[in-house]
Amino acid sequence: MGTPEKLLEVGARCRERGWRNLDAFMPYPVHGFEEALGLKKSLIPAAAKTMLVIGAALGFIFQAWTSSVDWPINVGGKPLVSWPAFIPVVFECGVLLAGLTTIAALFHFGRFYPGKTVFDKTKILDERLTDDRFAVIVPLEGNGPSAEIASFLKECGADEIIEE
Amino acid sequence: MDKDHAIVQDGQIQSPGWVKDEIDCRRVTDDALRPMETMPGKLWSLGILLALASIGLMLATLVYQFRVGIGILGINHPVGWGVYITNFVFWVGIGHAGTLISAILLLFRQRWRNQINRTAEAMTVFAVICAGLFPLIHTGRPWLPFFLIPYPNSRHLWVNFRSPLIWDVFAVSTYLTVSAIFWYQGLIPDLATVRDRAKNRVRKFIYGILAVGWRGSARDWNNYERAYWQFAWLAAPLVLSVHSIVSFDFAVSLIPGWHATIFPPYFVAGAIFSGMAMVVTLIVIMRKSFGMEDYITLRHLEMMNKVILLTSLMVGYSYAMEFFVAWYSEESYERFVFMNRLMGPYRWTILTMLFCNVVVPQIFWSKRARNSIPVMFAVSICVNVGMWFERFNIIVTSLHRDFLPANWDNYVPTRFDWAVTLGSFGLFFTLFLLFIKLFPIISIAETKSILLKPFRRKAEGT
Repeated sequence: MGTPEKLLEVGARCRERGWRNLDAFMPYPVHGFEEALGLKKSLIPAAAKTMLVIGAALGFIFQAWTSSVDWPINVGGKPLVSWPAFIPVVFECGVLLAGLTTIAALFHFGRFYPGKTVFDKTKILDERLTDDRFAVIVPLEGNGPSAEIASFLKECGADEIIEE
Repeated sequence: MDKDHAIVQDGQIQSPGWVKDEIDCRRVTDDALRPMETMPGKLWSLGILLALASIGLMLATLVYQFRVGIGILGINHPVGWGVYITNFVFWVGIGHAGTLISAILLLFRQRWRNQINRTAEAMTVFAVICAGLFPLIHTGRPWLPFFLIPYPNSRHLWVNFRSPLIWDVFAVSTYLTVSAIFWYQGLIPDLATVRDRAKNRVRKFIYGILAVGWRGSARDWNNYERAYWQFAWLAAPLVLSVHSIVSFDFAVSLIPGWHATIFPPYFVAGAIFSGMAMVVTLIVIMRKSFGMEDYITLRHLEMMNKVILLTSLMVGYSYAMEFFVAWYSEESYERFVFMNRLMGPYRWTILTMLFCNVVVPQIFWSKRARNSIPVMFAVSICVNVGMWFERFNIIVTSLHRDFLPANWDNYVPTRFDWAVTLGSFGLFFTLFLLFIKLFPIISIAETKSILLKPFRRKAEGT
């Protein structure tokens, strides 16, 4: 279909029909598509926030260990675990690990990898979908016969219906 | 009421969008990818030749420097840090505006960032690469940079975690990594668009690999959006922390003129100031050369000029406060440093700095000036020059006359210093020019999401 409003409308109506595991293709994220299609929240922020804390903790523990256990050096009687001086590195370690985790989580949860669609069998459904067209995908399993799905979609006003 | 989306009243679209009204999705793709799909023009070719020549000059100088030593530079005792460190702070500062535009404006839901964030973020990555060069080459034994990394070694040595020089290592490398990843993530949907449009098999293959199988499915977008926001939340404090840590290189020392608590906010404001000026310089040239005026409109440039004005005032305030507190403290060494800045042998650097950074940007109070391309281009160049001299001023004037007059000496950068400085600009512009030809210069997907009329009213089969 050709407009984002159509996408949201068709998606919402398919969801109301009770069909599950809907998917959609769009060249840009349309405002409100998550609710219309009933998608669950992504786990990426949770992973990133966890690693932020772990990264910061690791940064602190490492600095504290080198300064107080492995090779403690008495500099003018100052405390060995001089935590204010450790803060910048703690913060940076946390952010670094959180950033690396975010991209790794994106690749994991989104199942991206270099070579997908190039070397393997993942198909690009239609090249216009990254340009100016939208699509709603209704998987056949558990959602009823394909003829019924096709006729409902036509009723909703879809421009092209492709069955695979 | 969201000012950046069209407001429909009585069936008419009222408020202006950030992209010219008649543009639809297809045109965005076509226009954005035109620089990538056409052969390089004369300006680009000339630019890259000059930039590569500068890099060549820099490499020749560096080879000579590594062989003979840093005595060929102007640094001496007491001025142990000169033009190289000035360049380091300068380039890190420039990088910060890119992250401001990409991350901080995203968090504030300022839609106008969508057209400029790709260019700005690319500028950040390249600026940080240029910046990272300098700590490596400014040392006496540049073949030992691994001394900075805390790895278990046979001498059982660790780095000094209490030193801002090590904090810099962590901060700048984190900043480079996170900025590069953030930039790449933003590129993924656009790389998929390039892949899908590619007629040439090699192009399709390469961009196919780079696009890691992006298909624009709802799940893809769901994960993508969450990850993108997560990066923005990480990058925003990162901007503040990285330049604060760079300022600590000076602030945690003892010498008057450096040991000042105002440095972290002063440096961060200065970074945004100089970075935004560099963004304006690059974008003014780029939009003209590639016909992007409909996307990166005068309104965008006006917003950026307003940021330049704001940060100019902040930086001006910081200068005034430094002088005031030096006087108010009645501390003779501190007072001397500031009198020396104004009246000593380097007074021309501070006068340049004050003129370029505080006086010149005031023209942006006038709306006509903010919207005038020649004016803003001239101001942005002035600001870049002024900010370079600000860093030079801070570093050199405090070092060359510190506590004991017996320790005083002047610093004169040699031609090798200038060759490497020019080379760093060459590196930056080479990377930027290559970026223009290899990657979409505006964020296609994000621009489409803020169009007023994404689709033409005529027949569907465009």
